[in-house]
Amino acid sequence: MTKGSRARVMENSIAFGKRLVTKEEYFTAGHRACVGCGEALAVRLACKALGSNVIITMATGCMEVVSSQFPYSAWTVPWVHTLFENAAAVASGIEAGLKARRRKGRGAEAEVHVVAMAGDGGTSDIGLQALSGALERGHDFLYLCFDNEAYMNTGIQRSSATPFGASTTTSPAGRKSIGQVTWKKNMPAIAAAHGIPYVATACPSYPFDLMDKVAKGAAVHGPAYIHIFSVCPTGWRCAPELAVNIGRLAVQTGIFPLYEIEDGKYRLTVNVARRKPIKEYLQLQGRFRHLSDEIIGKIQERVDSEYAALVDKVSRARGNRQA
Amino acid sequence: MGKRIGIEVSLAIAEAARLANVDVVSAYPITPQTHIVEHLAALVADGELDAECIPVESEHSAMSACLGAAASGARTFTATAGQGLELMHEVLYVASAMRLPIVMAVANRALSAPINIWGDQSDVMAVRDTGWIQIFVENGQQAVDNVLCGFRIAEDHRVLLPVMVHLDGFYLTHVIEPVDMPEQEEVDRFIPPNRYPVPLDPARPVTMGGFGPPYIYTETKKAQEVNLTAAKAVVLECWQEFGHRFGRHYSPVEHYGSQEAKVLLLTVGSFSETAMEAIDRMRGKGRDVGQLRLRLWRPFPFAELRQAVRNAEIVIILDRAISFGGPGGPVASEIKSALYNEKHRPRVVSIVGGLGGRDITVSGFEDIINRGIEIAQKGSDQEFEMFGVRE
Repeated sequence: MTKGSRARVMENSIAFGKRLVTKEEYFTAGHRACVGCGEALAVRLACKALGSNVIITMATGCMEVVSSQFPYSAWTVPWVHTLFENAAAVASGIEAGLKARRRKGRGAEAEVHVVAMAGDGGTSDIGLQALSGALERGHDFLYLCFDNEAYMNTGIQRSSATPFGASTTTSPAGRKSIGQVTWKKNMPAIAAAHGIPYVATACPSYPFDLMDKVAKGAAVHGPAYIHIFSVCPTGWRCAPELAVNIGRLAVQTGIFPLYEIEDGKYRLTVNVARRKPIKEYLQLQGRFRHLSDEIIGKIQERVDSEYAALVDKVSRARGNRQA
Repeated sequence: MGKRIGIEVSLAIAEAARLANVDVVSAYPITPQTHIVEHLAALVADGELDAECIPVESEHSAMSACLGAAASGARTFTATAGQGLELMHEVLYVASAMRLPIVMAVANRALSAPINIWGDQSDVMAVRDTGWIQIFVENGQQAVDNVLCGFRIAEDHRVLLPVMVHLDGFYLTHVIEPVDMPEQEEVDRFIPPNRYPVPLDPARPVTMGGFGPPYIYTETKKAQEVNLTAAKAVVLECWQEFGHRFGRHYSPVEHYGSQEAKVLLLTVGSFSETAMEAIDRMRGKGRDVGQLRLRLWRPFPFAELRQAVRNAEIVIILDRAISFGGPGGPVASEIKSALYNEKHRPRVVSIVGGLGGRDITVSGFEDIINRGIEIAQKGSDQEFEMFGVRE
């Protein structure tokens, strides 16, 4: 089956979907993630796409805490956690170490995918410098950012990935505040600005799209970055059973579009013919419950303009391809 | 045997890492460490060393990449100084707790503010409790020898701990000295191949760096303490073997002058050699003084230290770092606590000097010894004195 085609099959034939995915689990059941955790689902799917020939390094955060509590481990692949802000730097060292040993005939013969995983805080805040360094140096590794839009592990504090208007414990909505007053940092654009071969966005609500992208990112030579939208029912104050739906709505409203940037060229991987109003997405989540129609209107305007800018980049890339 | 050459000490350290045939060098430039990593980069560029150099964007990432490299089973080297060592701080604890055999040369440098690029030992003292094996050297030869020993000690399966080799910034890093560089075959025989027992390998998956709640954290720390303390025997064994093969001998605490002297000056690092001149001069005048040099800083050599001061009445300690509002020099307070429960213990005098590149001359050391004796005899209303402060 060719790359990208699994997603199309999924659209047409949900019933046979599970045959397209390995039954092998690399991030196994029994971990301590919350009910309905979109991030755990995303990690599980990403690992299925990566397979067993992988070394994972993970930043401090929810997934590290829920998966590695001594003496248990949810991991059946080599996995290492060290600190919060350095997943990309640790990945650099692993990649360099394997490369040198392979070249010098000191073991490590087979090519292994080196993958760094971190949350939005570990990526767009405290780990941004280490990530930028590793992307710029061109290490052959894949970086997966699991974005649940706040510091959930420490108790829902705002990060630079928290969306405008969201109430968190450090950007609380109050009589004089609408909650977060800044717009979400555009991490995929920052990653892409490094001129790396592959950047993508993904969401586990679109599992085949996610897995195709992870496989693609692991296969490219050089750095790849995938920003994965991970619904957090605990932090977003939404019903756990709605996690997958809310992920779909994020894509269908256009607040989190699914696209990829290959060698600088943008392509939408999930086309949304008619975007739904942003209110449909916001109203399911307690973190936005305080927002007035006026503020929701402002968010709608922002989503519209950002989506238009993205579509513009996509059509320019298409134009170039045709020319 | 190898040949004796005149070489800048930084370059000699890089040559030692080349002789150890390191796989990964991950470093960020900081004065006065730069010549070490520049020379390593040049060796790789010229094909004289087959290694991956990772020119990271900070010291935090330098040490983080070292974690990854060492965990993947690669022989790993880095170097830093001063602020760089402080920026690595939290990563240093992880390297030792995760039993990763990294070797690091530290070009000891003062800490900001005010910014100062010159030598002192404030940086070392701030990382005292990070769980690394820490060795001080006094000249280029010792630096080369202990970098080589560092790999053998760190990668020994009874140890598996990172090693810092401390050398004074500028005083050592930037001087040209005669150094005996061993032959490649000799080094190959001395340092066995690195066979890290649990590397990150898809064929044998391991989970490293898991979450340690209260029910296990204390036990992990106990294991670390037992491990580091037990490493002393391997350090001694390594130095003995090194002496046997290369004819240069190292001990955790070393004497100069007389072992029986009633007054001892304890120094750390390159100032020791200047202090030796002062000891010679004073002994020439009939003064009963001697010198102790502390070589092994962690694990701390309690037995050797107690043995070394058994005849002394006064031990004067020169610290090139300060513990603000505290008991004076960090080395002095360690020595005091090591001797406190002894039946016979000398008076311990703490002098702080030589900060941020301030030199101490031979006559300066004579003044320190004379002042130290005076404080020991008459007492002082201060916990420590600072030497050479311009009023």
